[in-house]
Amino acid sequence: MGQARIVIVGAGPAGVRAAQALVERGVRPVVVDESRRDGGQIYRRQPDGFKRPYAKLYGTEADKAQALHRSFEQLQHRIEWRAETLAWHIEPHALHVVRNGEAEVLPFDALIVCSGATDRLMPMPGWDLAGCYSLGAAQISLKSQACAIGRRVVFMGTGPLLYLVAAQYVAAGAQVEAVLDTSASVLRLRALPRLAARPSVLLNGLRLVASLRRAGVHVMTGVTPVEIGGSPQRGVTGMRVRDRRGREHAFECDAVALGYHLRSEAQLADIARCEFRFDAASRQWLPRVDQDGRSSVKGMYLAGDGVRLSGADGAEAAGRLAALTCLADLGIERSDRAEVVQLRAALDKMERFRLGLLQAFPWPHRAAAALPDSTVVCRCEVVTAGELRTAVSELGACEINRAKALCRVGMGRCQGRYCGHAAAEIVAHAAGIPLEQVGRIRGQGPVKPLSVSALAVGGAE
Amino acid sequence: MDSKNPPERRFVRLGETERRAIQVWIDGRPVHALEGDTLLVALLSSTSHLRHSEFSDVVRSGFCLMGACQDCWVRDEQGQRLRSCSTPARDGMRILTSAQEVEWARLA
Amino acid sequence: MNSRHFAADVVIIGGGIVGAAGAFFLRRRGLSVVLLERGLVGQQASGVNFGNVRRQGRYLPQLPLAHRSRELWGRLPELIGHDAEFTVTGHVRVVYDADGMAAIEKYAADARPWGLDLQILGHSEVHKRFPFLGPDVVGGSLSPNDGHANPRLAAPAFGRAARKAGATVLENCEVLDLQKGALDFHVTVKDGTRVTAPVALVCAGAWAGKFSACFGEPVPLVQRGPTMGVTEPVPYGILPVVGVKSSNPADDMYFRQVKRGNIVFGGSVRNDAYLDERRAQPRPGNTLLQLPHLRRIAPALANLHVLRTWSGVESYFPDDLPVMGPSQSVSGLYYAFGFCGHGFQTGPGVGDVMAELIDRGTTSIDLTPYSVRRFGETIGAPQASLATV
Repeated sequence: MGQARIVIVGAGPAGVRAAQALVERGVRPVVVDESRRDGGQIYRRQPDGFKRPYAKLYGTEADKAQALHRSFEQLQHRIEWRAETLAWHIEPHALHVVRNGEAEVLPFDALIVCSGATDRLMPMPGWDLAGCYSLGAAQISLKSQACAIGRRVVFMGTGPLLYLVAAQYVAAGAQVEAVLDTSASVLRLRALPRLAARPSVLLNGLRLVASLRRAGVHVMTGVTPVEIGGSPQRGVTGMRVRDRRGREHAFECDAVALGYHLRSEAQLADIARCEFRFDAASRQWLPRVDQDGRSSVKGMYLAGDGVRLSGADGAEAAGRLAALTCLADLGIERSDRAEVVQLRAALDKMERFRLGLLQAFPWPHRAAAALPDSTVVCRCEVVTAGELRTAVSELGACEINRAKALCRVGMGRCQGRYCGHAAAEIVAHAAGIPLEQVGRIRGQGPVKPLSVSALAVGGAE
Repeated sequence: MDSKNPPERRFVRLGETERRAIQVWIDGRPVHALEGDTLLVALLSSTSHLRHSEFSDVVRSGFCLMGACQDCWVRDEQGQRLRSCSTPARDGMRILTSAQEVEWARLA
Repeated sequence: MNSRHFAADVVIIGGGIVGAAGAFFLRRRGLSVVLLERGLVGQQASGVNFGNVRRQGRYLPQLPLAHRSRELWGRLPELIGHDAEFTVTGHVRVVYDADGMAAIEKYAADARPWGLDLQILGHSEVHKRFPFLGPDVVGGSLSPNDGHANPRLAAPAFGRAARKAGATVLENCEVLDLQKGALDFHVTVKDGTRVTAPVALVCAGAWAGKFSACFGEPVPLVQRGPTMGVTEPVPYGILPVVGVKSSNPADDMYFRQVKRGNIVFGGSVRNDAYLDERRAQPRPGNTLLQLPHLRRIAPALANLHVLRTWSGVESYFPDDLPVMGPSQSVSGLYYAFGFCGHGFQTGPGVGDVMAELIDRGTTSIDLTPYSVRRFGETIGAPQASLATV
């Protein structure tokens, strides 16, 4: 009798802990990741030749990062590790991957998708200029390349990452002009009961804000973005916002780091026909999972930021729980009841905290309706808010895929990752319907661009 | 701030500069980079943009740095396309950042 | 439950390009129209196809219909206020060997009396005119006045024009029942809406067979999904729509570059399609099978990346021809469906012809090849109801 074939997509916190749980029980999973190394985004490794110690790279999370990396190193020879391998499509029990132009099919009895998340963006005028990056990008350039994204950086958006990356920049010697949070600080007070679910995280957050102020960084809350200034050839030269009282503030800068929490990478789940549900708290669509990580598709499990944006600790717990659930479902080993209860409880705590974060740092959905018509919404195709509104008012689009078909929003290289949410908000507002009714850009393969030179190997057809 | 000309470079190195030096070419001009740089960092440490937007006159310099936005694709002198944030910079790479010519289709 | 009740001269079932164009042209003839579309106008085959607006390569007796449609494509802005990005770029069919060359030369000779003038290009000329072609290409046939359009825009534009002209266009209206009474057709929609009309035009694409079977005219309609893909944008430099004429069906790829620079491609392999699924993906393996064929036609495409693939539900008859014309069993009932994956170009023309037929009882286009009864007795039992659609 052959061993059940279990494939894990993603070698970040969720994927690594899932692999570990499987290996502990004598299973040899296939682990696929687009990167060269393990770690995902938050625990992204620096390249060979870089010397900074863990404490410098990961700060308060250094121990966790190190533990995760060590775990993977111990696992590596006990898994089938497929680095630099993109999962670009999926069929029932068959994952389509490509590496270095070679396309292959990985059959599976069970699949654990730990595809993580990207930054979530709310467009603003000028965000398509050179020099505007996502918050995650600002962090990656520092963590993974020891670079700042510019000489004078403004951080804009909301969420804990805003403060974290800004503080990391200050500590690394970069020049931070301002940290501009769209969320009013009073919201944090209201969210305290939920945020108290994870007191150490909450405390870290407060320390970060204090460190920024001590460093003389201009920190503002409750701001309304106005414009990223600059020119097409030169890129970013400044940022303008309005404060809570409506007064305008301008900052000179050559780089902007922009981000509003995260959005799940759920394309594989979508293509595989997993059911999605509308998460009202975050105003985004997420794949439906039960408390143990089962999707609506038998044999497919989802864990980590790719399904529930609960951060790295939540991802580790979810990855482990999904793997244990998978093993039980396959009849390989019954789960330890106590451990399952413990993991579920940990995830519940993360969920309370997640809701607290959303309360404290909400997605500023009204900003979408307020965008001037000339604002670029779809960066790839350069589709403006006005063109999107025309698709609604004159072409009758009141669903996001229809809007996409008629005005091209979401048709570009990123396939709606960075414009999809704001575009849906604009359509909802222009059509006068609830956001949920607008739907979500449906996932289509390839998950990321596939080279026309790709060659099928090993009977991939 | 000089508002007429593009900046000479975009990214600022904050450390880790004791790595082996490599050379890449940008629009026929040799520039200095370091082994371990991504192609994006190698480029933006010596120039201000990676490519031209197809549908506006804005130049682009990448966005997410994690292989999701697909805004950092560059092309080399052979016409090959590379996603610069996820491609290691290698000595001798020859990248073009100018707007592409129609003649691309004749590279048979 | 809705209690809307519409009465009109014509009820059209199916809001693809045929139904939308039909509604528009019927209005121009002064007839009142209700168009019922289960989803959104143009979402099915009309919206997912390749976008070829070509006459070259068609069944020769279909050319008069194709000419009529081509004339309408050229006048789209004046007719419906929208050009659907129709561009006259020419359509070139390339060949890889002497047999292929012979085939296109024969077609060119045969098509001339039907009013289609094609230019046969030999080896050096086809490469000179189209330098992007790969070395395996030995010649081609050019139809200079064919071109392409954007299938996502065309049917919706006709739908809006029909509405503007006074047609009642109802989307998200799934037909549950179509019955013929003593005089009129009675249509019941899922939301309770009812429509009454003396004439019914069924152009529900892959789903139309269920309707024709209810009226004792079953047809061997099978559904298949095309394998479509689109690349990233590159500078606009490939003007004609490019197809391949080969004895090997796997070679039969086609692509077109749109003005924004993306290259849309399809062909070679088809996918299963399911009537109960209204959105479809091609099998990833099928996309992979296409790529070497694409590179063979135009090697420079090898450097590009596919951004997105899609499929849909097209429907086919064994003789590769549609059903068009009056029902042979029920008066007032008309059909126009099953265009076998090449109904985009003819769409406006078919709408125009059906409107003419309904209005005047006759049309200048010979519809004999498209009779609903041409398949003989060996079809299979008619469906009892539409409930399984």
